[in-house]
Amino acid sequence: MKKNQTVKFRNKPKIIGSYSIVGPKEGKGNFAPFFNYIMKDDSFGEDSYEKAEKKMFEHAIVKAIEDAKIQPDDVNLLLAGDLLNQIISSSYAARNFNYAYLGLFGACSTMAESLAVGASLIDGGLFDTIVCATGSHFSTAERQFRFPLELGNQRPPTSQWTVTGAGSCVLSSKGDGPRITMATFGKVIDFGIKDVNDMGAAMAGAAMDTMLAHFRDTKTVPDDYDLIVTGDLGKLGSEILVDLMEVNGVKLGLNYNDCGQMYYMRNQNMLSGGSGCGCSATILNSYIINKLRKGELKRVLFMPTGALMSTTATQQGESIPGICHAIVIECDPQSADNYYEKVSTTKTYKTSRGNRKKGA
Amino acid sequence: MDETKRNEAYNRYVKAKIPKTKAWPSLFNSFWVGGVICCLGQGINDLILYWFPSMAEQTAWAYTLIVLIFLASFLTGIGVYDKIGKFAGGGSIVPITGFSNSITSPALEFKHEGIIYGIFVKMFTIAGPVIVTGVVASFIVGLIYIFI
Repeated sequence: MKKNQTVKFRNKPKIIGSYSIVGPKEGKGNFAPFFNYIMKDDSFGEDSYEKAEKKMFEHAIVKAIEDAKIQPDDVNLLLAGDLLNQIISSSYAARNFNYAYLGLFGACSTMAESLAVGASLIDGGLFDTIVCATGSHFSTAERQFRFPLELGNQRPPTSQWTVTGAGSCVLSSKGDGPRITMATFGKVIDFGIKDVNDMGAAMAGAAMDTMLAHFRDTKTVPDDYDLIVTGDLGKLGSEILVDLMEVNGVKLGLNYNDCGQMYYMRNQNMLSGGSGCGCSATILNSYIINKLRKGELKRVLFMPTGALMSTTATQQGESIPGICHAIVIECDPQSADNYYEKVSTTKTYKTSRGNRKKGA
Repeated sequence: MDETKRNEAYNRYVKAKIPKTKAWPSLFNSFWVGGVICCLGQGINDLILYWFPSMAEQTAWAYTLIVLIFLASFLTGIGVYDKIGKFAGGGSIVPITGFSNSITSPALEFKHEGIIYGIFVKMFTIAGPVIVTGVVASFIVGLIYIFI
């Protein structure tokens, strides 16, 4: 039996369509220009936030299929998951689609989990087109895991803000787009953190484990990637991860960052940053895929982390187990060539008053 | 290194790394906001006694509490009290207005689950423990009172 946690995809499934939808607060954050749709109101015209979350899901799935320029009937399988009990948002959204459906739960790591599973199924030649979707809503997560919204309590500095947003992408064996080349499936890691307001520290161990496994299995180093991005460790968690990796002899440089940490502007006062399934999903499906399509990023290690806890378990004194799955997405070699050609062209143009041949 | 030791070491490391809440500014904010709420209560009490001179002082206290509870509940409903609470912390939780907020907020939150299973069942999720503690504490104090 192979001991590796990493699989390499020979047929390289492509991400042919993607879509991201976020709430108003996220629409004022750092990634605002990249999102496909920013809701004006976080209830999205529904009478409860759970229904709003479900509607976000449906919206993201439909629009991602549109973005992929395929017929809705071409989709074989829907892989989705979210944070709520019994993953209701994704399952209830799946009612409205005539697709086979697999519900996944990887807490906030669901985006990578669904992409890794989807890519494996496509690479094995079992399916042609798979839609992966996930999302979260601040108001639904808050009431399930914490306190009512209107309660006048203070949040500790380590706490994170669940992102309201959903992201969806279409994976296919055919077509053009960024390709998934590798996936590392993570183990459940528990470092004994019990503070539910400190998810970053609870999940950093899992991120470290998966990252080490990935570098070991693939014989790569951090510098081989243009961007290494974790999901929602937040400010504290990503600092911890950098420390943990350094202890293990891997130095993470400037190409490492964390979606949760980057998500909001500093003046939005979000303490440790964003979290939730939607955090990594919306950034992947907007900023990262955008840059990969243009060829501005060539190779991205995307590794969202999830805290697999429930309120019942924490109240019974259990510590918080974490998980992290990693996928490697590479840009289409064609688009990379185009990009570098463009860059060198513009440079030549500027320096030599434009009298040189384009692309020389 | 075995697992318990690793976890202990990790917990120690994380504890040292966690950013600390600044104690003095939060204490100051909660002190003055709490003080303002108390002054407001005293003001309402004095006004009631001024307008109804024949009223017994104890009855006036009851009316003061009702007014304060209503105000906090109303401010919760229009989404202001949680902002005060975020700023003042204990200063707005400890007075009776905080109690009112802790009952109104779950009632608002769970109204979609229906009147009985939503509002009635969930209303005391946060305030419930306070009531239980109050009852138990008064029982113990009562016991002590019998024997001395």
